[in-house]
Amino acid sequence: MSSIRILNLSKVYDDSTHAVKQINLNIDDGEFIVLVGPSGCGKSTLLRMIAGLETISDGELYIGDRLVNNLEPAERDIAMVFQNYALYPHMTVYKNMAYGLKNRGFSASEIEERVQKTAKMLEIEQFLTRKPKALSGGQRQRVAMGRALVREPAAFLLDEPLSNLDAKLRVQMRVEIKQLQKRLKTTSLYVTHDQLEAMTLGDRLVVLNQGQVEQVGAPLEVYNRPETLFVAGFIGSPSMNLIDIDHLDKSINAHALSSLPKGTDILGIRPDCLSSSQPNEPSIQLECNMTLFEPSGAESHLYMSLKDQQQILIMRVESLKQEFSEPYFKVYAKIKDIHPFNKLSGKRTD
Amino acid sequence: MVDNDRWGNLLAHCILIVGVALVVFPIYIAVIASTHTGSTFLSGTLPLLPGKEAWTNYTTVIFEGRSRAGTPPIAQMLWNSFIMAMAITIGKLSISLLSAFAIVYFQFRFRLFFFWIIFLTLMLPVEVRIVPTFQVVADLGMLNSFAGLSIPLIASATATFLFRQFFMTIPEEMLEAARVDGAGPLKFFKDILLPLSITNIAALFVIMFIYGWNQYLWPLLITTDPSYYTIVMGIQRMATGGDSEPLWHLVMATVVVAALPPVLVILFMQRLFVKGLTETEK
Repeated sequence: MSSIRILNLSKVYDDSTHAVKQINLNIDDGEFIVLVGPSGCGKSTLLRMIAGLETISDGELYIGDRLVNNLEPAERDIAMVFQNYALYPHMTVYKNMAYGLKNRGFSASEIEERVQKTAKMLEIEQFLTRKPKALSGGQRQRVAMGRALVREPAAFLLDEPLSNLDAKLRVQMRVEIKQLQKRLKTTSLYVTHDQLEAMTLGDRLVVLNQGQVEQVGAPLEVYNRPETLFVAGFIGSPSMNLIDIDHLDKSINAHALSSLPKGTDILGIRPDCLSSSQPNEPSIQLECNMTLFEPSGAESHLYMSLKDQQQILIMRVESLKQEFSEPYFKVYAKIKDIHPFNKLSGKRTD
Repeated sequence: MVDNDRWGNLLAHCILIVGVALVVFPIYIAVIASTHTGSTFLSGTLPLLPGKEAWTNYTTVIFEGRSRAGTPPIAQMLWNSFIMAMAITIGKLSISLLSAFAIVYFQFRFRLFFFWIIFLTLMLPVEVRIVPTFQVVADLGMLNSFAGLSIPLIASATATFLFRQFFMTIPEEMLEAARVDGAGPLKFFKDILLPLSITNIAALFVIMFIYGWNQYLWPLLITTDPSYYTIVMGIQRMATGGDSEPLWHLVMATVVVAALPPVLVILFMQRLFVKGLTETEK
């Protein structure tokens, strides 16, 4: 167990694409960090640089107190779980788990003890003599976890470990990984493009975009106060409505708009902060017409377009009301629920 | 394609039987011929049923030989052929595995250039380069030696190319997982690549062994010492050597014995690659 310190880390490929740009991050001992971002944002590259599978173009990487820039993956005392598990197909589950220990010169009895202990923890004892081919997707996933756990490394690196599982199993494994991490208290880095996974798993999120860190913070902190337009649009499902201030009716909303911070030209409003009844506090008012109603059980979503504009808004509703079928109806958002942004800088203005 | 057309079936079977007969009949004749006395041949008609001389003929060719008629005991030649075929097979497999490993997993300058050079040698089989190769082997003093018999035939572009294609289908994560698990390049090669390639190795082993076993021109050129004769060239010497009529019954017995080792290799290796096919998975 140990902390990870990332200083000005950069990755430039031979064709001069800048995959990771000057990233700084301090990960505390035992922390569960989730790297989240759209595909191509550099999150996997960053993880692979920490693992030692990609060279570091610039910057410094410390695991514990050691500078590990030029160390081989095996010397960094990390374990990695791959998206496709990368189990050795010709070895039994037992040998798969024992291989890393064997290469590190552990005695046969200690390997036996550790593998048995880990297998018991993951409930894969009955599969130890099987080969990966004879296992289901979820079981292979467990073995991949087991291969990492058995080493008792300083840090776990997980590269989209759940994306090959079906939806139900994914939720189940998500819970297990979280519990496992809480119990073992091993520093973990988890890469995902699924913002729901990111929100539920991490102690802290690192939102990446185009090789740069957009925001770092606890999941709810990031959700409640996105610092940039990108984070606002990326975190939350369905995503936040981002409305250009020019699309609003200036005369009706004059008073409300004047209370917003200077420089605001984009209003971010979460779908659950829109309402069709006028609240008793300062709010803005939008005229919309319905384009689509999407029922999904617990919560339903109403897609609507702003009057005279192309922009589509999403509102969370409990049921389809009569008034929505009228040509235009009014929806409201409280001023305190609005996230004000500046379009040019992409930053929050309050 | 599945229908129960009776006449169609019958026709198909007839064609298949004729095809099999065309292949098997000469072998049958060889086996039959090796069980008769030499004089049966001279009478002009060859019987289709086995004779009584099998034991005598086979013990003669294997242990005694008729050196005056150009047939030394073939045990020595069988052994020579076996050594040569094994040396060629193992040599080809190890060299091509290692070069494919280098080409796929290591970044070095002119990597592709070397790959294409290896690939180009596919166009140069032994027969084409036989004169310069003979010169080289003669200058190195390797005439009449097992080294001379096998080394010039070891380089193999085919196997290198096949292993390269196979290695490229192994997911990159396998290498990365091994690196995280603390396996260096050679350990990765030994613990991961070799076991995964076992099916390909078995298949190529069979092909290479038969290739080595059937070598004719090369051993004929570079061996003048009878203790290095191989079985295939031995058959040729038997059929043409000596002043008298060739002893066909002994030649046929030799042919049958010479055909056995490749068959044994196929039977043995088949078990291995069927096992490999059912057990490995990428």
